[in-house]
Amino acid sequence: MLKLIKKLNVTGIIPGEESFTAKEEELGRKRVSFHGRIFRSMVKAKTPLIAAVIILVVILMAAFAPFFAPNEPNSVDIRNRILPPAFIEGGISEYPLGTDTMGRCVLSRLIYGARVSIVVGIAAVFVAGILGTVLGIIAGYFGGIVDDIIMRLADIQLAFPFILLTISVLAVIQATRDVHQIDVNLIQRLLPLILTLGIAQWVVYARLARGEALSMREKEFVDAARALGDNHFSIMFRNILPNSIAPLIVIASFNVGSSIIAESSLSFLGLGVPPSIPTWGGMLAESRELLITGNLWLSTLPGLCIVFTVLSINIIGDWLRDFLDPRLRT
Amino acid sequence: MLRYIGRRLLQSVIVMLGVSVLAFSVLFLSGDPTYLYVNERASHEQIEKTRQQMGFDQPIYIQYGRFLKGAVQGDFGKSLRYGQPAMQLVLERFPATIELAFVGMFIAVIFAIPLGVLAATKRNSILDGGTMVFAMVGQSIPGYWFGLMLILIVGVYWKLLPISGRVPLLEPLLRGEFGVFFSSLGQGLRHLILPGIASGIWSLSRNTRLVRSSMLEVLGVDYITTARAKGVAEKKVVMKHAFRNAMIPVVTIVGLEVGFLLSGNIIIENVFAWPGIGRLIIYAINQKDFNIVQAGVVLLAFFFVIINLIVDVLYTWLDPRIRYN
Amino acid sequence: MSTLLDINDLEVRFYTPEGVIRAVDGVSLNLERGETLGVVGESGCGKTVTARSVMRLIPTPPGKIVKGSIRFDNKDVLALNRQELLAFRGGDVSMIFQEPMTSLNPVFTIKDQLTEGILLHQDISFEEAVKQAAHLLDLTGIPSARERLNSFPHQLSGGMRQRVMIAMAISCNPKMLIADEPTTALDVTIQAQILEIMRNLKSEFNMGIMLITHDLGVVAEMADRVVVMYAGRVVEIRKIRDLYADAQHPYTEGLLNSIPGSTEERKRLHVIKGNVPNLLDLPTGCTFRDRCEHATEKCAVEKPELVEVKPGAWVACFNYKDSRTKDQNKIQLTSEGEVSIDNRVSKEDRKPLVKVENLVKEFKVSGNFLGGKSKIVHAVDGVSFSINQGEVFSLVGESGCGKTTTGRLMVGLEEPTGGNVEIAGQHFYGASNKVQRRLRKEAQIIFQDPYSSLNPRMKVETIIGEGLRIHGDHMGRKEKEERIVEVVRSVGLEPYHLPRYPHEFSGGQRQRIGIARALILNPQFIVCDEPVSALDVSIQAQILNLMKDLQEEYNLTYLFIAHDLLVVKHLSDRVGVLYLGKMVELADKNELYGNPVHPYTQALLSASPKPDPGAKSDRIVLTGDIPSPINPPSGCYFRTRCNRATKKCTEEAPKLMEISPGHYASCHYI
Repeated sequence: MLKLIKKLNVTGIIPGEESFTAKEEELGRKRVSFHGRIFRSMVKAKTPLIAAVIILVVILMAAFAPFFAPNEPNSVDIRNRILPPAFIEGGISEYPLGTDTMGRCVLSRLIYGARVSIVVGIAAVFVAGILGTVLGIIAGYFGGIVDDIIMRLADIQLAFPFILLTISVLAVIQATRDVHQIDVNLIQRLLPLILTLGIAQWVVYARLARGEALSMREKEFVDAARALGDNHFSIMFRNILPNSIAPLIVIASFNVGSSIIAESSLSFLGLGVPPSIPTWGGMLAESRELLITGNLWLSTLPGLCIVFTVLSINIIGDWLRDFLDPRLRT
Repeated sequence: MLRYIGRRLLQSVIVMLGVSVLAFSVLFLSGDPTYLYVNERASHEQIEKTRQQMGFDQPIYIQYGRFLKGAVQGDFGKSLRYGQPAMQLVLERFPATIELAFVGMFIAVIFAIPLGVLAATKRNSILDGGTMVFAMVGQSIPGYWFGLMLILIVGVYWKLLPISGRVPLLEPLLRGEFGVFFSSLGQGLRHLILPGIASGIWSLSRNTRLVRSSMLEVLGVDYITTARAKGVAEKKVVMKHAFRNAMIPVVTIVGLEVGFLLSGNIIIENVFAWPGIGRLIIYAINQKDFNIVQAGVVLLAFFFVIINLIVDVLYTWLDPRIRYN
Repeated sequence: MSTLLDINDLEVRFYTPEGVIRAVDGVSLNLERGETLGVVGESGCGKTVTARSVMRLIPTPPGKIVKGSIRFDNKDVLALNRQELLAFRGGDVSMIFQEPMTSLNPVFTIKDQLTEGILLHQDISFEEAVKQAAHLLDLTGIPSARERLNSFPHQLSGGMRQRVMIAMAISCNPKMLIADEPTTALDVTIQAQILEIMRNLKSEFNMGIMLITHDLGVVAEMADRVVVMYAGRVVEIRKIRDLYADAQHPYTEGLLNSIPGSTEERKRLHVIKGNVPNLLDLPTGCTFRDRCEHATEKCAVEKPELVEVKPGAWVACFNYKDSRTKDQNKIQLTSEGEVSIDNRVSKEDRKPLVKVENLVKEFKVSGNFLGGKSKIVHAVDGVSFSINQGEVFSLVGESGCGKTTTGRLMVGLEEPTGGNVEIAGQHFYGASNKVQRRLRKEAQIIFQDPYSSLNPRMKVETIIGEGLRIHGDHMGRKEKEERIVEVVRSVGLEPYHLPRYPHEFSGGQRQRIGIARALILNPQFIVCDEPVSALDVSIQAQILNLMKDLQEEYNLTYLFIAHDLLVVKHLSDRVGVLYLGKMVELADKNELYGNPVHPYTQALLSASPKPDPGAKSDRIVLTGDIPSPINPPSGCYFRTRCNRATKKCTEEAPKLMEISPGHYASCHYI
């Protein structure tokens, strides 16, 4: 009994599942669809629902930035520099959240800044997730020398602090472009950032996927597939991957948040994204010279944007973990 | 057990070799690293001359061999700007980086353990809920922005603590000048508080969650019931039977975090004008002084590997299953 | 004798997000001084929760004792304050658990853990406590006890750890010992040792023992009285002999009848229909009524109370056996006792279908490319046998004997280090991929764990249809669907089960799905690797019946791997006994059970508890643990535990010899 209760606490299995009497089948057990369960669970918890709304708003703003932004993000207004928000004395309604040192509209820049954060955050996680998952499952499934090599690569990657790796790679790429004066568009500009952030973070997924594959390999359903003569590819990606995906998705959701922070850090350092593109990190960097003067708005607003976005993502991640895989509480 | 440590040592060497390959090959991402060392208006002859000077005209394995040979001896060439050996420059700033990482780690561990343990034992209480909210928010704040806010509020508005710079503590201690050390201790610590908090906040949040979940898991295991059934008081069940087992996964993560802290501090160091390796590296990147970057990266990675070795040895003390296998 | 423990109307509930679980629902029972009270029932019946409530070890929240009283030795257990409770736990009552692997703290030595309890409850010095600890280990039969004190739990075998647990439990002379499935995780020869230790200690210390188990054989052997629980309630309390001879509650009757060996051979086993009810949503009235042959309308309305229906017989049923008419009792017999007709080919005409020739499997442990000395486990060490068409051949033995590995080698799940497997006249190993692929269709496997054997992310139809996806290129979609429906029906499920996921099924139903998956390609030969050992007794009977039916319908050949000797006896034609990777005896079932010649077989058979309190025969209890297959003893592997071993056994490994037609054994002294 206690075993059952433990299981219930741990995996959310309903203890009554042993009871499948004929009568119950006649009555027809209420079978709720997966989407229905997601929605119901979210509404019940409230906080994740609010977080989801915030993320939705951020994504919409990023997608339709020209529509939402009151001004051109890069248009300079020399006469109106360093204005406070409109609701504070000294602010004007043309710039709802004030202007920066060059007289650019802060609100518009924040809205456009969401684009880089969202795109880089999600894309980097895709790169890292797919690379890490595939390598991890291969390592765990085959074991032996394959496993040794992949895991040693992971150790090297871990020993090489990932921000440092990203910084060095971006610095070299940037320097090269400067030297050769290569003109690049936004996508080309973001690609190294996405790729380096992605490659720098594959290890988390690889380790997790490997662990899952190791335990799945011992499961009898994998033996059953082998006994039926199934091939390795099919066993890894039909049998093992679908059962390992829940914790990976949970980690990925948290990772979107940390990638956004990493992106903003790099922008803060002036690496990654050119100054002509507004980013939250870049805005923070620009605000630094005014920090000593006690200017509150310029350094607070972009930071709050980052915190609220990342916090919402983390709350969703937390809820996803409880929902998908309660074993993973960390 | 000796064999275990020996094996870990060998693994570490392999890892360091890999790190050296990475540090070496970063330069080649540009296609031809020569251009990183010349200015934009350099003539063809100048470029060729630099290429020969730097040895970039030789086969790549020879270049790597030379790089590795130098790296083992701590020789990463001279800094182009300072004219001094790159490693020497990096080493000069190492104590500052260590100091900051240590304080960050200290904050991240010393508060996380009691918070996590309390939250776990008082599960679903207000304390637990509050701790979890704190940890959740703490994990969502970029450390460098938190640093900016600390500067703004504690430094600029309240004028309580210094907002930039450093008073050396580790160097006088290493040189054995205890008089200097004690006289500068107060000022040194004051300078460390804000950057320390900014660098530790993320790890603190994460460790709190980790300690809590690890404790919760251990508290549900059979041997805890055994201890209770023996008549062991609850406090002792938690502190003696559960705690040590719960620390096993925590130690691993904390070991990895040291590396994260060292590299994450690159940005914190820049925010607080902290004269550590991170600040040097960013400066070097802007100056295209890549020898310094390589030296810094390899040194930090080396330090990280050493820390993890120590953690693994600590592990054997915590977990007899490893000690006796 | 006087009453030591008195539980009255206990109710324990667990408040979970899914609802309230009524784990214990009005349980009353008592235990006398020096008595062994067996508490039996299937999983989820509330026996463990009842036991833990006695020590107030219910995790709160989510659990809560909502009603009832527990009196122990004139103390009100539920009213003890914190100090009194700590003195009570371990001092008055102590407990041992099922999993010896997890119930000792891995980071402390045996000495630390043993002395901790002693120092808590006795006012003695540490040195004395250590002395006492060593004495306790001696008592529980741990060799070189003093040295063992400094060991960590992971350095001990499962049996040793359980002895340590017992030593810990009796360290402060408790008045009562709660043993929660103390031998379930152990091998049968080790189980015999542990049970003997418990019996000896009980008489020595005059303890009361509350023995919780699902194994009706263990109860029969150990208990004085038995409490039968079902869905959180007590359904019957009887003296041990009365229970087995004259069960009154329909559930108890069903349970006893569903044990293999209780009915005559070749008959189908008695089956309790359905499954244990959902504790979140218990039926009104009697919780057993949905599964009961004798349920009436009254059972749906009124909850039967536990009453003494005749002297010493407490039963919670309106229609208990003695109250029923003869006709009513007959209904049950005709509906369940069908004799299956053995229409298979006579034994003489059978041809060998599967042959195993000198099979060897070695595993390397530890050691990777960075060094570390690798060790070799000899899992299967030269095993040969053949199985005839339509035969059930069983492999029995304890953990590490290589029975599962042998089974896996026969369906290509492991590569043998040496030897070969021949299926339908064709060698499997060394054959071309095409041949192997064909042979895989002929040889399939059924697994032990119904939870891990089905991919939780696949629908039942996908799971069952996997074989067709891989091998059924020549079949059309329609054809495949028809085949899946056909197979699903043949294992007793319905087509409407097909679009569901495994978690919607009970353990028994999952096992049916696993069988269907194995059957889909029409194999001739199936390896059954402990297919019923994870199931409750009543469900086990259903699956065993199904397996027997399928065998007769499709003329299947089984390799049946099990540790439960009663199940093996019920199902097999011939039986092989393995010990440390070697075949020690092989014979016709009746010959083997009636006339075992190898000392290990004899010990194994005598150690297996029989569900018959009268059958307390002279038991051969083997000493010591099963040696590690990493470095097995020289000569005869069994010599370290054999009382007939001589110098010859140390020097020379005995060969498997035919001692009478069809009866093989490997021992120098037969």
